[in-house]
Amino acid sequence: MADADNLRPEKAPKIWRKLGLKDFEYEMIVEQLGREPNPVELNMYSVMWSEHCSYKHSRSSLKLFPTGGPRVVQGPGENAGVVDIGDGYGAVFKIESHNHPSAIEPYQGAATGVGGILRDIYTMGAQPIAFLNSLRFGPPNNARSRYLIEGVVAGIGGYGNCVGIPTVGGEVYFEPCYRGNPLVNAMCVGVMPLKRLVLGQACGEGNLVVLAGARTGRDGIHGVTFASEELSDQSEEDRPAVQVGDPFLGKILIDATLEAVEKQLVVGVQDLGGAGLTCALTETASRAGTGLEIDLKMVPLREEGLEPFEILTSESQERMLFIVEPEKLEDLEKIFQHWQLPLSVLGQVSAGKMVTVRHHGEVVAEVPAESVAGGAPAYEPESREPEYIGKLSAFDLSALKPAGDPGQYLLSLLSSPDIASKEWAWQQYDYMVRTSTLEGPGGDAAVLRLRETGKALAVTVDGNSRYTYLDPYLGGMLAVAEATRNLSCCGAEPVGITDCLNFGNPEKPEMFWQFRQAVEGMAEACRVLEAPVVGGNVSFYNEVEDEAIYPTPVVGAVGLLENAKNYCKTGFVRNGDLIYLLGPCEVSFGGSQFLKELYGKVAGRPAGIDLEMEKAVQALLRRLIADGLIVSAHDLAEGGLAVALAESCLAGGRGAAVTLASGLDSVLELFGEGPTRVLISLPPEASDRVLDLARKKRVRMSELGRVDGGDSLTVKCGNALAFKLGLDELKKAYEEVFSWIRT
Amino acid sequence: MENSLQALGFAGVKGVRVGKYLELFLEAETREEAAARLKDMAERLLSNPVIEDYNYSLQEVKL
Amino acid sequence: MNCGVIVFPGSNCDLDAYHLVRDVLKEEVTYIDYEERSLQGFDVIILPGGFTYGDYLRSGAIAARTPVMEAVNRFACSGGLVLGICNGFQVLTEAGLLPGALCRNDSLQFRCRQVYVRIENNSLPFTNKASTDQVLMMPVAHGDGSYYAPPEVLQDLEANGQVIFRYVDQRGEAVKAANPNGSCENIAGVSNRAGNVVGLMPHPERAGEAVLGSTDGLVIFESLRGYCKGREVLKSG
Repeated sequence: MADADNLRPEKAPKIWRKLGLKDFEYEMIVEQLGREPNPVELNMYSVMWSEHCSYKHSRSSLKLFPTGGPRVVQGPGENAGVVDIGDGYGAVFKIESHNHPSAIEPYQGAATGVGGILRDIYTMGAQPIAFLNSLRFGPPNNARSRYLIEGVVAGIGGYGNCVGIPTVGGEVYFEPCYRGNPLVNAMCVGVMPLKRLVLGQACGEGNLVVLAGARTGRDGIHGVTFASEELSDQSEEDRPAVQVGDPFLGKILIDATLEAVEKQLVVGVQDLGGAGLTCALTETASRAGTGLEIDLKMVPLREEGLEPFEILTSESQERMLFIVEPEKLEDLEKIFQHWQLPLSVLGQVSAGKMVTVRHHGEVVAEVPAESVAGGAPAYEPESREPEYIGKLSAFDLSALKPAGDPGQYLLSLLSSPDIASKEWAWQQYDYMVRTSTLEGPGGDAAVLRLRETGKALAVTVDGNSRYTYLDPYLGGMLAVAEATRNLSCCGAEPVGITDCLNFGNPEKPEMFWQFRQAVEGMAEACRVLEAPVVGGNVSFYNEVEDEAIYPTPVVGAVGLLENAKNYCKTGFVRNGDLIYLLGPCEVSFGGSQFLKELYGKVAGRPAGIDLEMEKAVQALLRRLIADGLIVSAHDLAEGGLAVALAESCLAGGRGAAVTLASGLDSVLELFGEGPTRVLISLPPEASDRVLDLARKKRVRMSELGRVDGGDSLTVKCGNALAFKLGLDELKKAYEEVFSWIRT
Repeated sequence: MENSLQALGFAGVKGVRVGKYLELFLEAETREEAAARLKDMAERLLSNPVIEDYNYSLQEVKL
Repeated sequence: MNCGVIVFPGSNCDLDAYHLVRDVLKEEVTYIDYEERSLQGFDVIILPGGFTYGDYLRSGAIAARTPVMEAVNRFACSGGLVLGICNGFQVLTEAGLLPGALCRNDSLQFRCRQVYVRIENNSLPFTNKASTDQVLMMPVAHGDGSYYAPPEVLQDLEANGQVIFRYVDQRGEAVKAANPNGSCENIAGVSNRAGNVVGLMPHPERAGEAVLGSTDGLVIFESLRGYCKGREVLKSG
């Protein structure tokens, strides 16, 4: 697809098909334009009407998300969402996928994914303060997967470290379904004084349209078209569709842009990402209801001989579009000269709603902005429950009867790549630069102080695709619940979420069903938990040779801590503290890590969720942390209670002795998974007060044992010893599985 | 890098070393003058003599 | 103490050094543009970490040839105190103000983690408030941090007391496992012959507040402050 020669419209009849448009869509274009588009215009339409840009298969479903709330300043539709965090400041954040480029060219694919999401944040006028990422690969037991893992991690670090924004958190999971189609979702969080907010709008007739940053080359032409197809054997040939990042240019472009915003030299800002200049021009004009007149001869080029359609669809990185009042141009130029960054006036904002593109004076395209940017059809795709759902959920979990040594079970879970320490990844990321990282990678959420206000933000990304595969509706709810719970475990109040929805081909009814169900589940959880969705991204067509990935909704969540000094960590803190389990005791092996590791199966029904209870548990947690009553909190996730206990011991470097007294099947109790459960520790003198508060909120609290300060984790079931494992044994299991990546 | 090459199926690769290749156009009256200036550039900026060696080749082009 | 923090294109720890001096030490601090040609009035010049000019040619190579570095050179020659942290260390070696060079980490990967360093010479203005063999915990965050110098230069450095910081384990032993980048002799930081220019790979400016995990880096800045105060007293006396 990306071979520029094949895109030359005169080369083939029905060229729109080659450009990824359907006959019916072409007819719509003719109708909206009132004539046949010329080849340049057709290229513009094809990139903007690609799935990646137009959300044509997802738009109607995304309307289900609650997007408003008392804190929401800017919901979906702009470059990023903005949430009020008090004192006149806003948090700006968004997550985005860069899956297909990373499958082909892992380093550059991941690096430009980071660069792209970064631009979305500072485009709004915000100072970026943190990156997070969510990654999915095939099992790390073969060379190809390792090549992808190493390349992606190095690419994330390569870009993030250079621009000087800390990468503070993330998640990495491994399943065979991601072998050919890894997932690379990058999130960026920024902070800004709200009065500085600028939008991506081309306002004010006569204002100048200015392009700044890198020169335009042939890289990434039709990258969005590439992202809107299934991967295939031929995808390797699409390497030119993968853009190349220049983090140094990215870094000085941030500095220059934020200086221009601060000095109020620009009335509109839009970054150039997917669909390049075409997207930036038509979106800014369409949002403002204006027109634009530009000449492509003013676009600084990296090489000679680029044709108009190439200039218009190139996805060369590190470029920004500014809308500038003519009298402020000189001051803007001064800033960019100081950083030795090219800046060029392409044209101006005009009356009417047409984007008119000239090339050396001759009109090469004249299109209605709104039609190109927003005229794509919104499909209501056919939806059908896949057959596997019924089969897998009928899997008889009660027949398992695991009778092995629970201690060995724990060690094998700790050493599974999904659960094992991810230090091998995050030691390649600078997570401390900007000296605001109070809590870095490895905990339930990262915590960043805000120097300006004395408050702090907690940030996390979460998603469990096994749950979503087995029950997309439930999986969607669980993803939102887990992300917000992780914030609450730090003591932070969730203020908004951003989501990255990674799915297969939506034109297949089974795939669309997964998508729709997951969105409905997420929307329900967002409503109950009062976590508005302020932005996000959909990535469809994650399939190789007809095999789709698990449906993988990833939730990025941001929470506010009123006092930066008052947050909770996951590790045990003090000898003699009491350990409790907060929340319900319902668990299941359905979709669990235990079932995957020990039986090689992804099946069964995951434990359901009571969203009202979830809300109550989270509220209670925040209260307990704010009042200083508990000293550690750790969300129970993959591997259940036993893994959470081991992690809290390792994080705090302290042993514990625990007794399970529920009388349930002890293996299920130790390794079964269920939502809304949190492991807490507290000083004995606080226990009456904590129990009382829990009772008032009707939240179940079970006493488990004590931080004993020894060098082992001891677990008894009733009077019988389930296991006693040294912290060194636990640590070894937790850390050794990725030792190959260190050498 | 060796690992990556093996991952892509290239067997028998050993001892990969990475260097830098720089290409520049230089206006000069004579070949000797060009060589002298190039050496100077290599020593003062393009390479770090503490950790790097360099060599060069000159090719005449008309612009 | 009046500090200047140089901002090259691509510096990204300038903010952290500035914040430490202003908000933690409560001393005077000013950003200095890379095109600045005079450093009059400053007691200490800090070259911060980052990726100047992307480190595309070599780490610190282009920054070492910017206008401000001529001023830094004059400042250092006249006895001014210069501290290069991480990329700033790389710039100082590229500029010839410090011996040796920083090569790619032996892991070939970027490394961000806490390390321990031992103070090898506590008679410098940068270290005189530290005790002999004091061990500091500070983070590193670099890809090109492996200090190299030819054997005869290393010998000189050791003999002259120019090795200022060495990677050690928690107990103060210079073992291989404590070295995050494979540097010669576990070297983490060196000084020039006169002892007024120091560069190190670890980040003392990130180890200045308890909430960030360590306050061990403060001893370097406290030493500088003490030295500058002493100098003022001398001058006015």
